[in-house]
Amino acid sequence: MSKVNAILQGTLNWVDERFPLTSNWKAHLSEYYAPKNFNFWYFFGSLAMLVLVIQIVTGIVLTMHFKPDASLNASGVPVAFASVEYIMRDVPWGWLIRYMHSTGASAFFVVVYMHMFRGMLYGSYRKPRELIWIFGMIIFLALMAEAFFGYLLPWGQMSFWGAQVIVNLFSAIPLIGPDLSIWLRGDYVVGDATLNRFFAFHVIAVPLVLLGLVAAHILALHEVGSNNPDGVEIKKKKDANGVPLDGIPFHPYYSVKDIVGVVVFLMVFSVIVFFMPEFGGYFLEYNNFFPADPLVTPPHIAPVWYFTPYYSILRAVTYPLFGIDAKFWGVVAMGASTLIIALLPWLDRSPVKSIRYRGPLYKGFLTAFIISFFILGYLGMLGPTPARTIVAQICSVIYFAFFLLMPIYSSLDKCQPEPDRVTSK
Amino acid sequence: MKKFLTAILFAPLLAFAAGTELHLDRAPDKANDMAALQHGAKIFVNYCLNCHSASYMRYNRLKDIGLSDAQVKDNLLFTAEKVGEPMKIAMQRADAKVWFGAAPPDLTVIARARASEFGSGADWLYTYLRGFYRDENRPTGWNNVVFENVGMPHALWELQGDQIMGADHKLKLVKAGKLKPQEFDAAVGDLVAYLKYMGEPMAEFRKQLGVIVLVFLAVIFVFAYALKREYWKDIH
Repeated sequence: MSKVNAILQGTLNWVDERFPLTSNWKAHLSEYYAPKNFNFWYFFGSLAMLVLVIQIVTGIVLTMHFKPDASLNASGVPVAFASVEYIMRDVPWGWLIRYMHSTGASAFFVVVYMHMFRGMLYGSYRKPRELIWIFGMIIFLALMAEAFFGYLLPWGQMSFWGAQVIVNLFSAIPLIGPDLSIWLRGDYVVGDATLNRFFAFHVIAVPLVLLGLVAAHILALHEVGSNNPDGVEIKKKKDANGVPLDGIPFHPYYSVKDIVGVVVFLMVFSVIVFFMPEFGGYFLEYNNFFPADPLVTPPHIAPVWYFTPYYSILRAVTYPLFGIDAKFWGVVAMGASTLIIALLPWLDRSPVKSIRYRGPLYKGFLTAFIISFFILGYLGMLGPTPARTIVAQICSVIYFAFFLLMPIYSSLDKCQPEPDRVTSK
Repeated sequence: MKKFLTAILFAPLLAFAAGTELHLDRAPDKANDMAALQHGAKIFVNYCLNCHSASYMRYNRLKDIGLSDAQVKDNLLFTAEKVGEPMKIAMQRADAKVWFGAAPPDLTVIARARASEFGSGADWLYTYLRGFYRDENRPTGWNNVVFENVGMPHALWELQGDQIMGADHKLKLVKAGKLKPQEFDAAVGDLVAYLKYMGEPMAEFRKQLGVIVLVFLAVIFVFAYALKREYWKDIH
């Protein structure tokens, strides 16, 4: 046995002289000190990584069988649509891979929204973690692009008309809009050219960007260290060896804890994959089981649930301004609603980071924001009526007020003093 | 503040009151009734698979519902040579478009596509297939309660007979078909059960496997949680 150990140690030394293996293992795992008081909300970072891996692995297998081809086969069905059904029926275990991928798309947004909300609860975006937040926001935007491109690929009615609606939004931009939307589609309508380029973006361009950004997100995190539910810096109190008093090595403590989170997540994930893969039409829209038909516009075009809050904001803008169409300002508002989240580190003027020590003003605004976000999300799935538009307008104002008024209410708020060190619960 | 929050909480309820209702009859659940599924397959092949294809469904997949290759070959194989072929049709789509105004859609996943907030796809099909009535204003002489001005004539007409739409907006059977009303409903129930099966042939296996996967994960959870407790017992 000692001989085996000697060989292994020798091999490790050989590698370490040529590649920073042990030093990286220590820096990022065995000697990366994370606060010991992480709670439920801190599972979602590692879960986002898990879902990313699930999406990449299942995606690779799907790519082996999927055909990005909008032409009709002999039975009058688009080849792309038929190839998805081929995966569901004739590829061994193809149905499982496909359901994991389609459920994974929604799961990705669930865990990322929880992860972002965690950041808002505990002020994880505050100095010195502004860059982590910026990288995270770019990941979020890339993820939305990835989901949008991917949703076209099954080439169902919702795929087709959803892409048609979103690409048409670009035509609202003054002067360059119409040409820009043709350039994006590669055609005057969403067609085979669009399907092929969206496939390219979905399987290689955006995933490459995502992986790079995830690496940057984690490197930045490990440079400054993790925040925690108390929002106090553990690096301020260190022992004689320079180890934070309230820090514990990520491995093994958080690796074994995250395994528990992973198993619980997989149980929820499996319930959906095996018992309700359509999730009542929210994860797989019913109308998307009709092949894309450019001649039949569905009565109601709804984006998938994770886009609906922003879609609601888009539709809530009904006033033309400066002689430019309301649609353009809707696009601007929609874009702003996603980009403004990135400004949180500079909008927040509170003396404390964590919700635990914040005053009633911030708690009230955050509650109103979350409720508005859910209502906007719900409204985005429904067709517009005058009453719904008014509700969406009110919620959009609350959405933006949460951010734009933050410099005022966060500094006026009556906060409690932060503790010196992290608290146990 | 609280009043304001309550207001935005309940305002949506008013906003969501509007919308058209579609009343659907509930299709009987025959997902595990092999005799019903086989009967449904027989009706499908005899009455639907002349104009409609089911081009992602292979004949020999019917072993899922208890039919051997020999049984399929002897009783159901009208549109193909070999049991491994998909359920395609001979009718040309261009011809079909001239005859019916629109080429009849492929029906493999129709039971999934027709689901909505008003009911499952099976409910829609069950209502639709029993909802044809005589309408002299239509080129085919038929109209439908859930699919207004439908292009398809009543394919199961000789089984059901003639219905008309009464002044009270209810259907009345005015000429009896080969089957009594209850028998016809049961036959359509079988056909719809088959269409539902065909939309997702692995559905029953998927649920069975799901139970095993969840039991497995529950066992893993016990070990994962014990491991976490063991490591964390010294952290206070």
